[in-house]
Amino acid sequence: MGEATFRFCSVVVFATIVVLIVGALGAAILTLPTEASGLKTVVDGSLDRSGAKNPVTAVLLNFRGYDTMLELVVMLLAVIGARALTRGETYTPTGAEADDIDPLLHGFVRLITPVMIVVAGYLLWVGGHAPGGAFQAAAVLAGLGVLLQLSGFPWFRHLYGFAERSLLISGVVAFLAVGIGTMIGPRSFLQYPPALAKTLILLIEAVATVSIAAILLTLYNSGVLRFLEFTRGEMIEQKERPEGVRVEKDPAEPGAEASAP
Amino acid sequence: MTQPILYALAGAVMIGIGLFGAMSCAHVLRKMIGLNIMGAGTFLVLISLARRTPGPVPDPVPHAMVLTGIVVAVSATALALALLRRYYRETGRTQLEPAGDQA
Amino acid sequence: MMFEILFFGLVVLPLLGGCLAFLWRPLAVPANGLVVVVQLVCGFGLASKVMAEGPLTYEAGGWDAPLGINMYADGLTALMLVMVAVVAAAVVVYADGAISLSDQTMDDQQLFWPINLLLLASLNALFLSGDIFNLYVTLELLTLSAVALIGLVGKVDALAAALRYLLIAIAASLLYLLGVAILYSVYGNVDWQLLGGEFRPDAPSLLAIALILSGLLLKTAVFPLHFWLPAAHASAPTPASALLSALVLKASFFIILRLWFSVFPFQDLRAAGLLLTSLGVAAILWGSVQAIRQTHLKLMVAYSTVAQIGYLFLVFSLAGEPSVAFDAWSATALFAVSHAFAKASVFLAAGSLQYATGSGEIESLAGVAQQQPVTTLAFATAGVVLIGLPPSGAFIAKWLLLGAAIKAGQWPLAAVILIGGVLAAIYVFRVVGLLMLSDPPKPTRPIPGRMQYAALSLAIMAATLGVVTAPALRLLGVDAPFGRAADQSLSVAEVVKTFGSSESSSKLWTSSATDGISEGVIEEASNDELE
Repeated sequence: MGEATFRFCSVVVFATIVVLIVGALGAAILTLPTEASGLKTVVDGSLDRSGAKNPVTAVLLNFRGYDTMLELVVMLLAVIGARALTRGETYTPTGAEADDIDPLLHGFVRLITPVMIVVAGYLLWVGGHAPGGAFQAAAVLAGLGVLLQLSGFPWFRHLYGFAERSLLISGVVAFLAVGIGTMIGPRSFLQYPPALAKTLILLIEAVATVSIAAILLTLYNSGVLRFLEFTRGEMIEQKERPEGVRVEKDPAEPGAEASAP
Repeated sequence: MTQPILYALAGAVMIGIGLFGAMSCAHVLRKMIGLNIMGAGTFLVLISLARRTPGPVPDPVPHAMVLTGIVVAVSATALALALLRRYYRETGRTQLEPAGDQA
Repeated sequence: MMFEILFFGLVVLPLLGGCLAFLWRPLAVPANGLVVVVQLVCGFGLASKVMAEGPLTYEAGGWDAPLGINMYADGLTALMLVMVAVVAAAVVVYADGAISLSDQTMDDQQLFWPINLLLLASLNALFLSGDIFNLYVTLELLTLSAVALIGLVGKVDALAAALRYLLIAIAASLLYLLGVAILYSVYGNVDWQLLGGEFRPDAPSLLAIALILSGLLLKTAVFPLHFWLPAAHASAPTPASALLSALVLKASFFIILRLWFSVFPFQDLRAAGLLLTSLGVAAILWGSVQAIRQTHLKLMVAYSTVAQIGYLFLVFSLAGEPSVAFDAWSATALFAVSHAFAKASVFLAAGSLQYATGSGEIESLAGVAQQQPVTTLAFATAGVVLIGLPPSGAFIAKWLLLGAAIKAGQWPLAAVILIGGVLAAIYVFRVVGLLMLSDPPKPTRPIPGRMQYAALSLAIMAATLGVVTAPALRLLGVDAPFGRAADQSLSVAEVVKTFGSSESSSKLWTSSATDGISEGVIEEASNDELE
């Protein structure tokens, strides 16, 4: 009885708080002027020197590029944190036979994969002058990765730990490298020379696309880019292998943990 | 009331719904969903207020802010889910005990 | 050019080091060592440069605000950066010893190093930032690294505490972001120096202030929003507890301090200031009482953090009186630094004791002093600093606060400051007395030298912080938000004369304080805050 009234009271309290906040917010929004251009005119004034015709890309990668770099670090930190939390976990599904993938799914995935890669590349390129960019392309690539994993394609077979980790950090390192390069020339951190701005932006975006896609896929896997290994009759998921060990044809034991390097 | 203001009010309502869900639901996953709705509401407020420009092109700076915000929200959600999975694996529970000032 | 080198050393190098430490394991510890040394050099370098030349600004990306992001360094920033550098150095040395002891697989523990570097980078980026949206990103970065550190070892209570902290931190960040969104919609920029110039207390701005403050108060764990803190700081691995209590809480408090005095029209927000101070008073009393009641050592230290954070909030109503404003403000900054050193040292010592006795309970500490004299000395010294005895920085800070409260006529505040000291004495001496008992010593495990001396050196630095008060106050005077009031601040000059190292240094202080004042007047000429 006490439990129910406590629950009721807490719900009422929360509802009151929420109504107050939303009411205040709504009232504040209604008092705002209906026409305001914010920083749009300032951005348009410097757009031609920024290296991108799409103003959002210009803001994201040039005017406020420092923020974008920090947000890539946030993603990297999420991966490292998730990785720390999934250590010691062994997960071996006794799944279906390797040949048991639905042929329709198999055929569809084989068709859709190159299309998705091309779409991702297009989104990356078009971000310079229309809505698009690195994050959108990376999302498409990550979706492709998820699709491949869910349908059972063994495509990460030989991705060792070092390669995986360099993929994950490459976005941040690309930004830092460009920033350090601009600091060595007599410019500020991440201040692109106007002649090179377009190239630098494209370079950073390209590296960032692959990196963010890897990060998203790793987050989907809770911190480890798992890969599937097909052996005779059993599908075993393993975590990263020690470096230098080649994948053998013999089935590993189902309960084996990955040994730490 | 113009269209951008209407969308902004819708964003405010979403913030309310998300906040209420995050505070009152006990299951951690539902709290996470509530927080994501709250985030989506905040982004909607930002985007719709950016649409108040006189011409057809909106103010690009809030758009960049929202892109950053989405990425940050996704990373935080991912970390929370990893934590929740580990917590569930260790204890079999999906609800956090209420944190009072215990002795 | 010089600022670029400092920016490189404080932000870019830790970020690069974090990535490389994650990439290649043998690099992890050397990278941390290098970054910590560079941070110390750059922190002190920035402090001396700010003292010599006044506040520094830097355009990240080469575009000036409002289009780009500005970095800004004044006296308060420099002091905070020095605090981060010193505490980080001690914690890294300690962690090196602690990780070599752990009996878990090396993998989990090794991830401490890259996360630590990214945490330090985010702290430095936060203190240097001049843009409130950039503050949001760095705040999130800080939160995620803190959560990752708490959950690193994987004990159940740590996981639960980390999860709760993360959920609350996400909600708090979203409230802060909503406030920033409203401010941008009203004023059209997110640079806090520009905002400070044009801030008007109309309805949306007040709502934005309320939202930003609620988000930051949740993150700083002020009573009654402190409920997530004790479990999180107590169950985290010891180096993480030290970093959290000492540095992470100060980061969100720094934002509150900065925004309140340099952006928001605090003269018009007296009621809100009174509310903040009442929360601080409640935190001091409640936290101290709870700390006395604890039986688990690290929980006691965590509740002590809850209490000490309360002292930081007394400035919000004291700053209403112009004659004591600078006193209170600089005392708060000094108290934050002193608490950082002392609390980090206490946590490190507590972690060592917990390892040595094998138990986290306070009773098991009976008679341990004979076998662990260095760690006991560290704990006792740092505990004495927490109480606020001379010559520690906390004593001077409390003395200045007391003087400010009495001059402002706020006797209840003065009483609370004194009572807080007494309560802290109770819970500190309870533990120290237990440690010093001459019971037959139970066998304790040996603590590695690095762990012992890291805690001890931090404790000694905390205890002797009073000696360097004069330069610290001079540093804080650079572009302080109460330019004219510093002139009338007699108690600060008295402090300098009593505790300053020489007569010449105090003369130097008054002359450069005048410089700082003229800087401040020119800076604030466009503000109508002081009218």
